[in-house]
Amino acid sequence: MTNLSAASAGPLRPRTLGLVAIALLLDGVASLRMADWSHQWLPLPASAAAPYVDDLFALETGIGTFIFLGCVSVIGWTLLFNRAPKYDMDDGDPIEGNLRLEITWTILPLVIVMLIAWHAIRVSDTLATLGGKVRVTGTAEAMALANSGAESSRSVAAGSFGPIEVIGRQWSWEFVYPNGVRSTELHLPLNLRSSFHLIATDVIHGFFIPAFRLKQDMIPGSVIDYSLIPTRVGRYRLRDSMFSGGYFSSNQTDVVVESEADFQHWLEQAARQPLKPGYNEARRLYEKRLAEGDRGWATVPPAPPPLVHVSTNPAAVHVS
Amino acid sequence: MSSSVSFDPRVLKTPQPVPGAPDNWKRFFSFNTDAKVIGIQYIATALFYLLVGGVLAMIMRGELITPAADLVDPSVYNGLYTMHGTVMLFLFLFPILNGFNNLLIPPMIGAPDMAFPRLNAAAFWLFPVFGVILMASFLVPGGPSGSGWWAYPPQSIQNPLGHFINGQFLWILAVALSGISSIMGAINFVTTIIRMRAPGMGWFRLPIFCWTAMAAQTIQLVGLPVLTAGAVLLLFDLSFGTSFYRPEGGGDPMLYQHFFWFYSHPAVYVMVLPVFGIFSELFPVYARKPLFGYKVVAIASFGITVLSLIVWVHHMFYSGTPQWMRNLFMVTTMLIAVPTGIKVFAWIATLWRGKLRLTTAMLFCLGGLVNFIFAGITGVMLATVPVDIHVGNTYFVVGHFHTVIFSTITFGIYAGIYHWFPKFTGRMTYEGLGKLHFGLTFVGAQLNFIPMHWAGLMGMPRRVASYDPEFAFANVLASLGAFLLGVAMIPFILNIVSSWARGPKAPPNPWQAIGLEWLLPSPPPAENFEDDVPTVISGPYGYGLGKPLVENEAHYVARALEA
Ligand code: HEM
Ligand SMILES: [Cu+2]
Ligand SMILES: [Cu+2]
Repeated sequence: MTNLSAASAGPLRPRTLGLVAIALLLDGVASLRMADWSHQWLPLPASAAAPYVDDLFALETGIGTFIFLGCVSVIGWTLLFNRAPKYDMDDGDPIEGNLRLEITWTILPLVIVMLIAWHAIRVSDTLATLGGKVRVTGTAEAMALANSGAESSRSVAAGSFGPIEVIGRQWSWEFVYPNGVRSTELHLPLNLRSSFHLIATDVIHGFFIPAFRLKQDMIPGSVIDYSLIPTRVGRYRLRDSMFSGGYFSSNQTDVVVESEADFQHWLEQAARQPLKPGYNEARRLYEKRLAEGDRGWATVPPAPPPLVHVSTNPAAVHVS
Repeated sequence: MSSSVSFDPRVLKTPQPVPGAPDNWKRFFSFNTDAKVIGIQYIATALFYLLVGGVLAMIMRGELITPAADLVDPSVYNGLYTMHGTVMLFLFLFPILNGFNNLLIPPMIGAPDMAFPRLNAAAFWLFPVFGVILMASFLVPGGPSGSGWWAYPPQSIQNPLGHFINGQFLWILAVALSGISSIMGAINFVTTIIRMRAPGMGWFRLPIFCWTAMAAQTIQLVGLPVLTAGAVLLLFDLSFGTSFYRPEGGGDPMLYQHFFWFYSHPAVYVMVLPVFGIFSELFPVYARKPLFGYKVVAIASFGITVLSLIVWVHHMFYSGTPQWMRNLFMVTTMLIAVPTGIKVFAWIATLWRGKLRLTTAMLFCLGGLVNFIFAGITGVMLATVPVDIHVGNTYFVVGHFHTVIFSTITFGIYAGIYHWFPKFTGRMTYEGLGKLHFGLTFVGAQLNFIPMHWAGLMGMPRRVASYDPEFAFANVLASLGAFLLGVAMIPFILNIVSSWARGPKAPPNPWQAIGLEWLLPSPPPAENFEDDVPTVISGPYGYGLGKPLVENEAHYVARALEA
C-alpha cells in the first residue's frame, strides 16, 4: 500500500489519469442508465405537466447518480486500499487541505444546482397550473364567489373547459361542472385545459393526481384557481395529500379522462340522473366503528356524503 | 473489588459519581448540576424514549404491512404516527444531542463545567416533565394528538370531544416546555463556548463539534421564539376560541405554516449540525489524518445556519404559495447544497490516503456519510419545485427525511456513543456486539427507507393508515426493514448495559485521539482539569503532524494515567 500511495503522490501521472478517465466514463454510463430507468419508477404520465416533471426528475436522477457513485467509489477505494493493517499504529498522510480542490467543490455544486433551479423555473412557467387566490371567510362565501362567474381570465379562455368546482370535505370529494352536474368522481375532457376552483370546507385538503404529477392544497378561507391538461384517456387515482384527520386515508376517488365527445356525452347523461348520496368510504368505516362499540381515539364524524348525479364506483379499476 | 476500597465520607457526599463508590446511580436521579451527570441523564432518558418511539413505529409498520387498515382503527393510527414523530424529535433527538453538548463541550474546551450549572440542571429536569405530559396524553379521553407533528390548523384545533384537557392541548404544552428547555440549554452552550475556552484556544483551534454546537444553538435562539409564538396562538385557538388561524373569524391557516416552518426547517439543522460535528471529530481519529480544510468546514457550519433561516417555504410549495415565492425559496434551498457539499467532500478527502481503522464508531460514521449523500440528492430533488409538486407530502418525503434523521443523524449519534462511551463511563464497549449492531442497522435502514422513495414516486401519500394495493410490495419491504431495525436494538442495549456494568476498564485515550477530552482520565473528574487547565498551542486534528496540542503535554498524559 505504501508503494501505491507513494507512486500516486506528486503530479498526476498518465496511468492515474487514465484510471480516473475510465472511472468517470463508467460513472457517466451508469448515470445515464439510471436516468433512463427513473421513468419507470413513476406512474404512467397522463397530463401535459407529466413529461416535464419526469424529465426534470430524470435529469436529477442522472446527476445525483453521478455524484453518489463518484463519492461512494472514492470511499470504497479508501476502504479497500487505505485500511490500516492490524497493529499498525501509524498516522496517514498529514494533508491539511488543498485550495484548488476546495474551490472546485464549492463552485461546481453551486453551478449545478443553479442550473437545475433555472431549468425548474422555466418548467414551472411553461406549466402555469396555479392561478390566483381569493381570501374568503367561510364556505358559503367561497361557494358564492365560485358561482359568481368572477373567473380569472385564463379559466374562460378559448380551448379550455371549466371552471369545475372542487369541494373537499372530511372525507369526500365533490365536483360541480359548469352545467350544474355534480359527481364524486372527476370527469375531464382529453387535451383541453380544464380549470378549477379549489375549495376546502373544513380543514386543509390536498388535490393530488399522481398520474398528472400535480398537487395543490385546498385551504379553508381561500378559493384557489387551478388548471391542468389531461393527455391520456383512462381512470386515475385522485388522493387527498394533505393530512385531514380521522379517515384521511380513505379520502380518495378517481379521475376519468375521456375524449371530448365522450365527455360531453357523459355530462349530458349525468344531468338526467337523479341526485343521490355518493359512495363514501369514510362513512362506511365510521358506521362500522360505531357498530363495533365506537372504540378508538377521537375523530370528528364524516360530513354527510354529497348529493350527486354520478357517484364513484369503488370497484372500478384505475390505471395508476 | 471496588466496594472493598474505603472512601472518605466527604467524597461519598459529593454530588458527582465517584468511580467505584457505592450508590453512584442515585446521583443520576437528583437535581445534579454537574454537566457530565446531566449529559448522561439526557442520553439515558433519550434512549428510553427512542425505545418508546421505536415501539410506536413497529405498530405503525405492522399496520402498513397490509393495504387495509386492519390492525388498529385509523384514528389510532393517526395518534400513533403523531406521537412517533413527536417522541423521536422532542424526546429523543433534541435531548440526546443536548446530552452530547453537556458531556463534550466543557472537556473539549477545557472548562470545568457549563457557564450556568443550575440553569443547565433546570433545563434537563423540564425534559422528564414534558416527557410525562406527552405520555399522559395517551391516557386522556379521546387519546393523544392525531394531527401530525406539524399540527396544522384547522384540523389540529377541531377538538372532537370538546374537553378542555385533550391530547392536542397536552401536545402543545409539551412542545412549548421543550422549547423553553431548549432555549435555556442554548443560552448555556453558547455562553460556555464563548466565555470558557482554555488559554490559547482561539476560534480556529476550536474542535468542529463546538463550532457546530454554536451554529446549531444560534438557530435555537433565533427560531424557537417564533415557534413558541405560533404554538401559543394555536393553543388560544384550540382552547379559548380565538381565530388566529380560523378563516370564519378572519384568521388564516397559512399564517401558522409560516410560524411553524420558520423554526422547523432550521430545526432539522439543529439536529444535523452536531452530527456533522461528530463526523468531523471521528473521521480524523479513525483515518489518522487531519480534518481536510478545517477552517472551511468550521465556517461552512455558519453558512448553513444563515441559509437554514431563509428556506422554510420549501415546505409550502404546494400550499398556494405564489410562483415567484416558490422560485425564490427553491433557489435559497438549493444554495444549502453548497456548504453541505463542502463538508461532505472534506470528510471524503480526510479518508483519502489515511490509515483507516474500522471500529464500530467508524463504521457508523461511514454508513452515515453514504446515507447522507443519498439524502442530500433527494433533498435537492425536493427543493425543485415541479418535482416537489409531485412528490411533496408523499412517502418520498418520508423516505428522504428518515434517511437524514435516522440513517444519518442517528447513525452519527451511535458513532458518538461508541466513541465517547469509554471516556465518560470508564469502560470499553464490546466491538463484536457493536459491529453486529451496525450491520443490522445498516441493512435494516436501507430496506426500510429506500422502498419508501419508490412508493412516494408512485403516488402514495404520507400519513395514511391504509393504501391502494399497488403500494403493497414497497410497504412489505419497508416493514421488514423496520422489524430488522427493531432487532438491531438488542445487541445495542446488551452492549451498553453489559459494558457499563462489567466492561473492560478504559484507558484515558483508547483511540489515540487528539483533543483536550482525551488528556483527562476516563471518566474525567468532576471539574475536568480543575486548576491545571492546559494551554492550547495548536489546532485540533494534528494527526501525523507531530505537533503537541497543549503545552507540556506529557504532564497531562501522565496525570490522566495515574488517576
Ligand atoms: C441538501 C440538503 C437538503 C435539502 C436540499 C433538503 C430539502 C428538503 C425539502 C425541499 C423538503 C420538503 C419536502 C416536502 O415537504 O415536500 C424536505 C423535507 C424534510 N427534510 Fe430535507 N433537505 C436537506 C437535508 C435535510 C437535513 C439535513 C435534514 C435533517 C436534519 C432534513 C430533514 C427533513 C425533514 C424532517 C423533512 C420533512 C419535514 C416534514 O415534512 O415532516 N433534510 N427537505
Ligand atoms: Cu419515523
Ligand atoms: Cu426544510
